[in-house]
This record gives sequence, structure tokens and C-alpha cells, in this order.
Amino acid sequence: MTTTDTTREPTPAEAAVGAPARVIAPFGRPAWKRLLISREMAIVLLLAVVALVAMTAVRGFAQPITLTYLLMDIAPILLIALPMTLVMITGEIDLSVGSMVGLSSVVTGVLVQAGVGFGVAATIALLVGVLGGAVNGFLVTVVGLPSLAVTIGTMALFRGLAVGLLGTAAVTSFPAEWTALAQAKISGTPLPYIMLPFVILLAVFVVLLHFSTFGRGVYAIGLASDAARFSGVRVERTKFLLFVLAGVVSAFAGIFFTLRYGSARGDNATGLELQVIAAVVLGGVSVFGGRGKIYGVVAAALLIGTLSSALRLANVTSDVINIITGVLLVLSVVLASVIDWVQLRRARLAAAKAARVGTKTTPSPTTSSPN
Amino acid sequence: MKFAGKRRIGALIAAAAAVSIALAGCADTGSGSTGSTDAAAEGSGDLSVTFVPKNLGNPYFDASSTGGKAAVEEFGGTFNEVGPAEATPDGQVSYINTLTQQQVGSIVISANDPSAICSALEEAKSSGVKVVTFDSDTDPECRDVFVNQADAEGIAKTQIDLIADQIGGEGQIAILSASANATNQNAWIELMEAYLESDYPDIELVEVVYGDDDDQTSFDKTSSLLQTYPDLKGIVSPTTVGIAAAARYVDTSEYKGQVAITGLGTPNQMREYVESGTVEAFALWNPEDLGYLAAYTAQALIDGTITGAEGDTFEAGKLGEYTVGADGTVLLGDPFVFNKDNISDFDF
Repeated sequence: MTTTDTTREPTPAEAAVGAPARVIAPFGRPAWKRLLISREMAIVLLLAVVALVAMTAVRGFAQPITLTYLLMDIAPILLIALPMTLVMITGEIDLSVGSMVGLSSVVTGVLVQAGVGFGVAATIALLVGVLGGAVNGFLVTVVGLPSLAVTIGTMALFRGLAVGLLGTAAVTSFPAEWTALAQAKISGTPLPYIMLPFVILLAVFVVLLHFSTFGRGVYAIGLASDAARFSGVRVERTKFLLFVLAGVVSAFAGIFFTLRYGSARGDNATGLELQVIAAVVLGGVSVFGGRGKIYGVVAAALLIGTLSSALRLANVTSDVINIITGVLLVLSVVLASVIDWVQLRRARLAAAKAARVGTKTTPSPTTSSPN
Repeated sequence: MKFAGKRRIGALIAAAAAVSIALAGCADTGSGSTGSTDAAAEGSGDLSVTFVPKNLGNPYFDASSTGGKAAVEEFGGTFNEVGPAEATPDGQVSYINTLTQQQVGSIVISANDPSAICSALEEAKSSGVKVVTFDSDTDPECRDVFVNQADAEGIAKTQIDLIADQIGGEGQIAILSASANATNQNAWIELMEAYLESDYPDIELVEVVYGDDDDQTSFDKTSSLLQTYPDLKGIVSPTTVGIAAAARYVDTSEYKGQVAITGLGTPNQMREYVESGTVEAFALWNPEDLGYLAAYTAQALIDGTITGAEGDTFEAGKLGEYTVGADGTVLLGDPFVFNKDNISDFDF
């Protein structure tokens, strides 16, 4: 396209060839249009539709307390999904987060039971989160093992430690002011207090991912790790930091979980990692890394929460709820791949056609060189 | 790209529409099934009773819900059962919250954790929902009434009466318990020893062994008991794992017909040994009756017959009159004895 007169409108065939056409301003989609047709926006729209349907069709849904219960239920998912989004954009995964929630819960419980003040116990639990994340990060970045294998291992390890420390017992003697805080609403609103730290963390992660060099590095690692390294991204350091963040946020979620139910147990939050990953994938983060946005993930977590809240209120049984959320997840992943495949195929066909047409009529440098 | 992009919008909108239609369909079906609940709630003073078992798909709780449903149908309320797929406290909390939002008449719940579901239940209570626990209690302040399946005295007495009956009132017996520090087991064993001393002086308790609620360990302990005490006439195992392992050992050994086995077991585990004659009778509570009583307790709370205070009395259909005891507890009664004649009536 370098030779093309920019005042001339390229033919659709030329546009379909791909990259070169996209840089020409009149044919790039405007920002609002890109936003509207993105996968993330589809989830936001779906969330709005589900919420509307639930409010009109499900008895008991359209009341403020619904929002309170819903947010409290998904708060651990919302919190952990933030670092998980970044981890998965780099093409890695952390399956140990649910076990870290359990471990931090048990550490807090055991310390409180031993007479340590709650503040100190919670701080130590957060440090355990840092340590656990660092173990994951070390094994992935320094030893160079695949994160799937490493975190399957630490998932079992953290859960084992949690159950080992407390057995099948539960610690329930937490200071009443703390458990009350975890269940309280910000006065005058239906929002639980856990939304305050969530909003702060949300701001931190949005800036980190979408408005910083660090964030561009995260995407670059997911798209092409080696290319990122050659362009100066500190791949290992970035990944290590992300695993530590996942660990510490999971530990924080564990403390909230413990206070919300007033109970520290080794089996707390079993299976939470899958719910978090489901929200992240549904929210448009590619399992292969390189793409995804935080608002899509937040919308997806809210969608899952709204859906299960509405279905429970409609007396749909828990196994059917699992089936529906599972189908939604599979559909979202399958649809994304099908759309990608169709687009790729169409672009290839168009390119081939353009090449044929191009050689007959107006040969140009762009159309004569296949991708 | 331009055209591909447009198609992509179409595809996404179509997908979103398809999913939302599917969801709307589900939501409608769901609210359709609650239609009867709505009608009853408006008509007859909110006699909607919802059972929340520890988890769904558990035969024990299927039995208690069967009893609960029968009772609710008798007094003309609406029965419902909801619960988590896994027996976790956080799963139960979500369902308690849901029932609070729905403003059901009563929640009848078996707690997965004594305190984790407490504040959710307190919220339910303060919004006017009556809370009955059964099978497994919460802290007393979180519910109105606990329907207890059996008390420790009844459990100890029934098992000793069973073994005494089966060995003719005299001879050596042993106890095969769970773990050495299981609180409920130890309390029962203490009461059993006391009851033996006072009522059966001719029965000698030679040893208490611990199978740790592990099938193989319990099996091995049974074997060594029988070799150590050649004159042993019976084994009492107050744990479902222990009694099944002991029965399995005796069933295939030369002791079959010589040594009596009894204790606390479930019909499904013990069926083949009862049918083969190895085990004459064993005890446990009847979960169907437990659910039935819990539902009637819920009704009594809803219509104000009882408040959960000690001394309150109410009628529980075919089971007769019950009195609320200390700490807002209603006791189903002595354990239920299963034998060849009635075991086929139970599936849990």
C-alpha cells in the first residue's frame, strides 16, 4: 500500500488483504465501533439482558439485597480474577489460587486460635500468599517449568498444607467486629464493604494492564514471548511479579472468605480456581495469551454471579445451574474460535481472489505478495 | 476486514440473543415450578417449607426429604428442596440467602458447619423466616429449633439392649469404635459401660478397640479381637464403618452364627449381612421420621403453636405429640432398630 494514493478508496479486495489496509485511517474502525463489537462488549450486553430478564421474570430478584448477596458471593472471584487476567494474558495460568484461599484461611484461623491478634494473623496470611506466589513464580520463571504443571502441583501442596494444619476441624472464634465488617453494607447502599478494596485493586490493575509500559509488556509476552524479550520486556520478572500478585490477592480473598463465613476450614473455597478461570475466559481473555481486557472479565464474573443468583431464585437445581454456566463458557470459547477461524478463512479466500484479480488488471506490490 | 467485521457483529448478536433466549427459557421454567409456592404463600399463611440438606443426591437426605414432603402434604403446605451439589458451608449460605430473598415460611436445614451458616440464618430469621435445623445443628442462637435424631443415652441404651438380647444376657463382648478421640463415640461408650454395670452384670466388656473409621483397619481389629478372645460372644460397633467391616469379617469366617454383631449402621451397608443372618438387628435413626418431624416443627413455628421455648408442645401427625426441650431441641426418640422384617423398607 506504500505506493497507493491515499485519496483513492481501496477496493474491498485490497482492504481484505489485511494489515496494510488497516493502517489507512478511513478504513480502520473508529474507536467507538471497535468497542461496540468487541467480545467484551458482547458480555456486557449479555449481562444487561440477563439482569433485565431476571428482574422482570424472577420473583425476589429485583430487590437491593440481591445485589448485596450477589457481590458477596462473587467477591473472591472478582478479586482473584484481576491478577489472573494478567497471568493468563501472558499465556500462563495459576491453578493454585483456590488452594491459596484455603491456606490463607487456615493460617489466619490457626494463628487467631493460638491467641495472635487478628491484624497480625491476617498480615502473616498475606505474607504466606506472597511466599506461595513466589514459589509458583520461581518454578515457572527461574526453573522454567510450564505454569500448568507447576500450579497443579502447588494446588495440591497448598490444599494439603491447609488441611494438614487444621485437619477436618474449623476455627470459628474470630473477633465479632471483623466478621461483622465482612458482612456489612456501606451505609445507605446495598454494596458490601468488600467492594472498597475491590475497587482500589480494580483501579490498580486497570492502570497496570491498560495504561502502563508494564501492561504493554504483559500483552507482548502473551503474543510472542521471544519478540517481547528482544524488544526489552523483562519477561521473567513480569511473570514472577504476576504470580506473586495472584498469590497475595488470593490470600486476601481467603481472609475475606474466612470472615464472611466466620469459619476457617481446610476445604474452604475448594474449586474456586475453576470459577475464576471461567470468569476470565468468558470475559474474553484468550487461553493462549495476548488478548483480553479487565472490564470484560469483571462483566463476566458479574454475569456468572447474576445468572446463578437468578437461577437459584427461580428454584433451578444446582446441577442444572452448573450445566448452564458450563454451556455458556463452552459456547463463548467455541464461538470465539469459530469466528476467528471463519475470519481467517475469509481473509485467505479474499486474498487469493485479490491476487487473481490483481494480476489481471492492476498489479500492485501489495496484492502480488501473498501473506 | 470491514465486511468480516460486520458479519462478526451479526454473529455475536445472534449468539448473545440465542444464549439470552435460552436463559429466559430456563428462568421461566424455574418460576413456573415455583408457581404453586406463590399461590400457597398467599393463600394459607406462608406454609412453604424448604429443606436444605448438606448436599443434594445423598440417599440419607433423600430419605429425610421424603419424610418432610409427606408431612408438608399432610398439613397442606408447599414442599421444596434446594441445596449445593457439594457439602460445603459456603454453598449452603448462597441457598439460605436465596430463601431469605424468596421469603419462604421456613428453612429446614442440616448444617455443614455449626457456625459458618450462622449469620445467614440470623438474617433469614430476622426477616421472618422460621429456621429449623435437623440432623446436624448450628449454634443455638442461629435457629429456632433443632430436631435431634437421638440423644446419647438412647443411643447407648439401644445398642446394649440389642447385644444383650442377641447373646442371651451373658458373656464377653467388645466394642469396635471409630477413633480414640471421637467425642461422640467416647460419650456413648461411657454411657454403655455405665448401663452394662447397672442392668447387665453378667455381661463383661473385655476391650474397646479403634478402627479409625477406616474399613480395612476395622476389619483387621475385628479379626484380632476374635482371635484374642475365643469366648467372645458379641461386638458392638457404634459407627457405620466399623459395624459393616465387622459384619463382613464375620460373614466369611468360622465365627458366623457364633458371634453377634450390632451397633449403628445404615440399611444399605448392612442389608446383605442381615439377609445372610450374620447380623440380627442394628440401630440408627429413621431419617424419614426425622424429616417428617422437622417439617411438622416448621409448621408449628409458622402458625405460632411454638416459639422454640422449653416446654412448648405440638402435634407431629402420625408421630404424636412432642415437647421442646432445653436449648430449643426436639428429640425424635430412641434409635430405630433395623432387622430382617423392616430393612427392605429403607434405601439409604
